[in-house]
Amino acid sequence: MSEVPQELRDEIPSFEKPPAREQQGPIDWSALTSFQGARSALEIAVLLGLFAAIFFLLQGILTWTNTPAYVFPKPIDTVRTFFDDFTSTEIHALKVTCIEFLSGLAIGSTVGLVLAALLTLKPFAEKIIAPYVLIMVTTPMLAFVPFLRLKMGFGLWPIIIAVALASGPMVMINSATGFRRTDLAKIALARSYGASTFQIFAKIRFPLALPMIIVGFMVGSIFGLLTAIGGEMVAASEQGGLGKDLVYYSSLARMPEFGATILIIAILGVLIYVVFYFIGKRWASWEA
Amino acid sequence: MHALESVSIDVRDGELVCILGPSGCGKTTLLWAMSGLHRLTRGQILLDGSRINGPRPQEIGMIFQDANLLPWRNLLQNLEFPFEIKRRKPDRERIANLLEATGLAGFEDASPRELSGGMQQRASIVRALAQDPSVLLMDEPFGALDAFTRDEMNLLLLRLWRETDKTIVFVTHNITEAIFLADRVIVMTPRPGRVAHVYDIDLPRPRTIDMTFEPGFISLIQEIKLTVESGGRHAVEVE
Repeated sequence: MSEVPQELRDEIPSFEKPPAREQQGPIDWSALTSFQGARSALEIAVLLGLFAAIFFLLQGILTWTNTPAYVFPKPIDTVRTFFDDFTSTEIHALKVTCIEFLSGLAIGSTVGLVLAALLTLKPFAEKIIAPYVLIMVTTPMLAFVPFLRLKMGFGLWPIIIAVALASGPMVMINSATGFRRTDLAKIALARSYGASTFQIFAKIRFPLALPMIIVGFMVGSIFGLLTAIGGEMVAASEQGGLGKDLVYYSSLARMPEFGATILIIAILGVLIYVVFYFIGKRWASWEA
Repeated sequence: MHALESVSIDVRDGELVCILGPSGCGKTTLLWAMSGLHRLTRGQILLDGSRINGPRPQEIGMIFQDANLLPWRNLLQNLEFPFEIKRRKPDRERIANLLEATGLAGFEDASPRELSGGMQQRASIVRALAQDPSVLLMDEPFGALDAFTRDEMNLLLLRLWRETDKTIVFVTHNITEAIFLADRVIVMTPRPGRVAHVYDIDLPRPRTIDMTFEPGFISLIQEIKLTVESGGRHAVEVE
């Protein structure tokens, strides 16, 4: 394709690209793995350029308008704070948030995944359960943290439970969409070789559902992280956490520290996306 | 309303039989029942005298309408899939020989979507033959291929059949394909599906594509077409 002039590229159909496929679920998975290999140097340059432009434009506006730091921290101050010894003082908070988030995600996603696999076997049960799952997906679970706090004390468990309740239904609803795509021809193929019910699950139904399961994990993780931070903001444990620090710094109007904490959370969020992007590329790229 | 009604078919060892009929004549139902994947409400299917109640992975290989490869596995992993299901060690040598014979050698690491339709269907034939079943059941395997690829695949199938001595039951709605391949063509008519007539094909083997243009071949096509259209009455009158 290299000899094709730039302006004609979009006009010439390429057979290297996978064919368009039908939309399968509520979330378009293809966006996650559709980046074709590495970005070009031009794309990376524009990307970095735009980032720098926003960064310095914001810095310029805040300096020019003499906006005080307690209204909005200057980007340079935020970044400077981030790279100061601030980060080492925040490591404990980061650790607490990560423990809450990862434990909650592990519990919630396991339960969600198993329930999805079981329920899709029984369409009747699935229909009965579906509205409750939908209610759980749309309920802000962090609202229960203060209540759980009263019941369970000041340990990590109230937030872990809230994270599990937030991420589990998300994993479940997407996994169920995946498990519902039963390809009868492929199941018949496995059966013709004498496959057991478990083999059909492990070798046909699960791989078929895997792209949607990964989407569920990604969305569930982001929901879980937000719930962990939010839960810490409304009622943190004795151990604190990034959410508690957000409340602390904002109450003292220490906005550069506030901004730097937000930066840590944003990096966590991007990290989640990157992790699932590569998991998707490795295990679900056959579909995109 | 039953899909099939009083169908009685006898396939001999090493024979290539085509079941031909328009859509809705129950030919796929019949084939799936033969494979043990579909349970008949009445009647029975015997393989070497023993009744088929479920899949017979050791004796029967099934080849499906589209190639039915698993898209998350590469070609070689697809061929090893039946071995995994049977918890047996893959017969690498047999697979390699079959890949060579079908012109797929060198594509072991390709994902199914990188293969053409013909290559995918060849892969699915290799997948079935690697298990060395005595019977191959083929459900309109070349229906989705273009005419040129179909001719190619038919020739390949005849070559593999001659080399491996399988008993083949081949379902198709393509009259030319049925006559070209078969020792016998079983013509079925729809609603309810039943056997209209059985044609013995005495074309010499090995068969060539040129034979399909000969007058005898073409008049046979016409006759079978009339049999299908008249729901079997035509064939009775000819006799």
